[in-house]
Amino acid sequence: MPDPTTPPSSNGSNGDGRTAGSNGAAAAGIAAGRHGTHAGSGGAATAGGRPPGDGDEPRRPRTLDEADRRLATIGSGVALTELLSGFIAELRVAGLPVSLTENLDAMAAIQHIPLEDRQAFKYALAATLVKNAAHWRVFETVFEVYFSLRGREYALTDEQAQALADLDELMGEQAQEGDQRGAGGMGDQMTPEELAEMLFKALSQGNEAMLKALARQAVRRYAGMEPGRPVGGTYYLYRTLRNLDLDGVLDRLMQQAREQAPDHLSPLEERLERDEYEARIDQLRKEIEAEIRRRLVADRGVEAMARTLRKPLPEDVDFMHASREEMASLRKAIYPLTRKLAVRLARKRRHGRKGPLDFRSTVRHSLSTGGVPLEPRFRYPRPSKPEIFVVADISGSVAAFARFTLHLVYAISNQFSKVRSFVFIDGIDEITRLFEGTEDIGEAVHRVNTEADVIWVDGHSDYGHAFEVFWQRYGKDVGPKTTILLLGDARNNYHATQSWVVKEMQHRARHVYWLNPEPRSYWDTGDSIIGEYATHCDGVFECRNLRQLERFVDHLV
Amino acid sequence: MPRGRRRITPARRRLRPRRPSEQPDGAGGFLPACSAAGSRGENRVRAGISIDPAVKIAGSLGRMTDPAHRFESVPAVRDALAKVDYLADDGIAGVVYLADRLGKPVLIEGPAGTGKTQLAKSVAEMSGARLIRLQCYEGLDESKALYEWNYKKQLLRIQAERKDGATWQEVEDDIFSDDFLLTRPLLEAIRAEDPVVLLIDEVDRVEVETEALLLEILSDYQVSIPELGTVMANQVPLVFLTSNNTRELSEALKRRCLFLHVDYPDLDREREIVLAKVPGITANLADQVARIVRSIRQLELKKPPSVSETLDWARTLLLLGVDQVDAATAVGTANILLKYQSDIAKATKELEQDASLGGEAASGAGAKPWQRNA
Repeated sequence: MPDPTTPPSSNGSNGDGRTAGSNGAAAAGIAAGRHGTHAGSGGAATAGGRPPGDGDEPRRPRTLDEADRRLATIGSGVALTELLSGFIAELRVAGLPVSLTENLDAMAAIQHIPLEDRQAFKYALAATLVKNAAHWRVFETVFEVYFSLRGREYALTDEQAQALADLDELMGEQAQEGDQRGAGGMGDQMTPEELAEMLFKALSQGNEAMLKALARQAVRRYAGMEPGRPVGGTYYLYRTLRNLDLDGVLDRLMQQAREQAPDHLSPLEERLERDEYEARIDQLRKEIEAEIRRRLVADRGVEAMARTLRKPLPEDVDFMHASREEMASLRKAIYPLTRKLAVRLARKRRHGRKGPLDFRSTVRHSLSTGGVPLEPRFRYPRPSKPEIFVVADISGSVAAFARFTLHLVYAISNQFSKVRSFVFIDGIDEITRLFEGTEDIGEAVHRVNTEADVIWVDGHSDYGHAFEVFWQRYGKDVGPKTTILLLGDARNNYHATQSWVVKEMQHRARHVYWLNPEPRSYWDTGDSIIGEYATHCDGVFECRNLRQLERFVDHLV
Repeated sequence: MPRGRRRITPARRRLRPRRPSEQPDGAGGFLPACSAAGSRGENRVRAGISIDPAVKIAGSLGRMTDPAHRFESVPAVRDALAKVDYLADDGIAGVVYLADRLGKPVLIEGPAGTGKTQLAKSVAEMSGARLIRLQCYEGLDESKALYEWNYKKQLLRIQAERKDGATWQEVEDDIFSDDFLLTRPLLEAIRAEDPVVLLIDEVDRVEVETEALLLEILSDYQVSIPELGTVMANQVPLVFLTSNNTRELSEALKRRCLFLHVDYPDLDREREIVLAKVPGITANLADQVARIVRSIRQLELKKPPSVSETLDWARTLLLLGVDQVDAATAVGTANILLKYQSDIAKATKELEQDASLGGEAASGAGAKPWQRNA
């Protein structure tokens, strides 16, 4: 039970919505949302148009912020606990490992912060539920869906229309204050030119409240959103952005910056100005996205929206189908993993006390304790330095994976001193030298793609020939310290398999592992001959995402 | 004589029945999560029953009081931090506040040089607490982190007692007492009488096995010493763990902590930081510094400039008497911001490039940020 001395989680405004005599820590203080003056009493769902409290006449908001807040709170009536449990369930579905302890932590945390403070609320949830920075984006998306408006019955009611109109009016007033052109008035009556003008002004001044209002206005006007229309948010986003012509706005902004500068803008200054405006425009775009999302949630309901927006966590992204952005985040995630891989492969056997007693050292150390050998010393086996050979397929069928592979190889070769890497399609070439002496991975990958001599006949993968040549040229370098990693889908285009090479490798090397980027169900179908190679490997692993790669690394112990 | 561990076994066996039997173990690690107040109440009870009259250090255990909360509200935390020149954003202040209210440790993660360690120091400074720091490294073990028996002193004692003709029983009781215990940072933080902030720095450097050492202290604020019993905290200290994310920490550790990711600050905050930390800098120069650093961070670099490097750079510019940063100055002093030759070359190329010639090339990675999905 919560301590009675715990300060009330929020001030009076949500006191009426609190369930009296709550039956547990979870329910206390978080039931019934944080509606403003307009929401129903007792946490009743108020979907209807009229404010339930007949007596309290809706006060016209005085500032943009206030109007904005009012808009956000209208239509909320669902108990927060319910929403929160739905929210956590959705996080789990999205793949975040939220344990029961963390769930309870979140419940406890939000009792200590004022619920009106949306940012604080968000950070409290994040601190207790998200334990990996890479999961932040998924969390944020789900949070926006669940808490941008609370209440499934949110709809564009009269009341909201009123709020919007207030907002527009305010915008009009602000525009008049800004310059004395006399434009403005109701937002609906503004011409597109006036809207564009206001947008330009807001961007050039960096007026955030104004940008927010404009984003809302733009979505309302240009996105053409209709209830029940089965199109995704990106479509609306595209429509809105196309109408706003942000590239043109950026050019105008730069033009203005150039004109306003006392003398000629130096390249550096110009660059800085551009960065500033780009950041503002990016902000605008985020606002527009948020507004579209909010409207979609209102239309389709929280659960449906959460389902459509669900994105895989970085560790679940399939290498073969990763988008550019996902690839960038993958690259960041690789480094800790390769370090782990390096540690595992080079594992020093220091923890097992398997060595024989080191008599000399024991006696030497007993001197400090008066000749009593308190701490026996052992002669630990010296770990041998492993050599790693990475042999990777970079043909078209695994092109996306190959890109990732090269990054992986590069990262590994930074960790180990003795890494040799080879790439092949139907011919094979050593690329160790291309990775040496360069610190720019992009450049290294580019050099591999242009300089490596991997085509023998026609540029279709031929594992058999590649392996054969590998064995002829480099086979003598493979020794008992060598670990060989083979990367590829083993789709051999019906060429000869030459699996004896892999067999020989296994004989001579310490370990041979094969990482296959294809789903296991596709193995040995069509021209895939992974099964034949697998009989000679120490392990074949499906490796389609980081999670699986990590499992492989764990397996190496 | 065999290893130390085996040597102490008889003592442990003898001591076991003396320890209170009703000490709740399973529920202890779990319950504190439900409500901070609840967990504190429980701790108090446990501290009460676990006092062992034979244990010398137990004298201070019963005083586990319900501490008054250190902080009033989130903005109060932020203001207090700002007073000691640490400019926290909403996330940071919120988590520090929650750490106090919930009595949970904070795990801070983020790129190097973004003020993770500084946060712990600043919190200590602002709340007037003593900072106890445990620097983690590969090979850290319990004798370095928790406690160690002072073997040499014990040995001396044994030899001295032998002359007096004391029985083995007496000697044994004696040498496993508080006098022979060397406290290490974790135990020290637990036993401290005065308010302390415990900083466990770069926790990702220890091995996974060593992480387990921390778990008891993080969830229950107690340390179990087989020969002595359980040492409970007098007060719940604020605990900060920092990690550079060189490896994934174990789930068990993460579950016990509040998580805070500290990233590079945004433009406004960075400017404020420069103004606060570099005395004598003009607002104009601070603004320029912050903007150029932001611009450089957008390039794809091996190691983007951190806040501490920004500050170094600002100080350098100040010393050089620069009041208007142009491209030549920026390029000339880039080696302070960037630590890799390839990064410096890249930044130099970008900074000197005429932005007006080709917007695409100048704006770095090609596509403008808002065009990515459109």
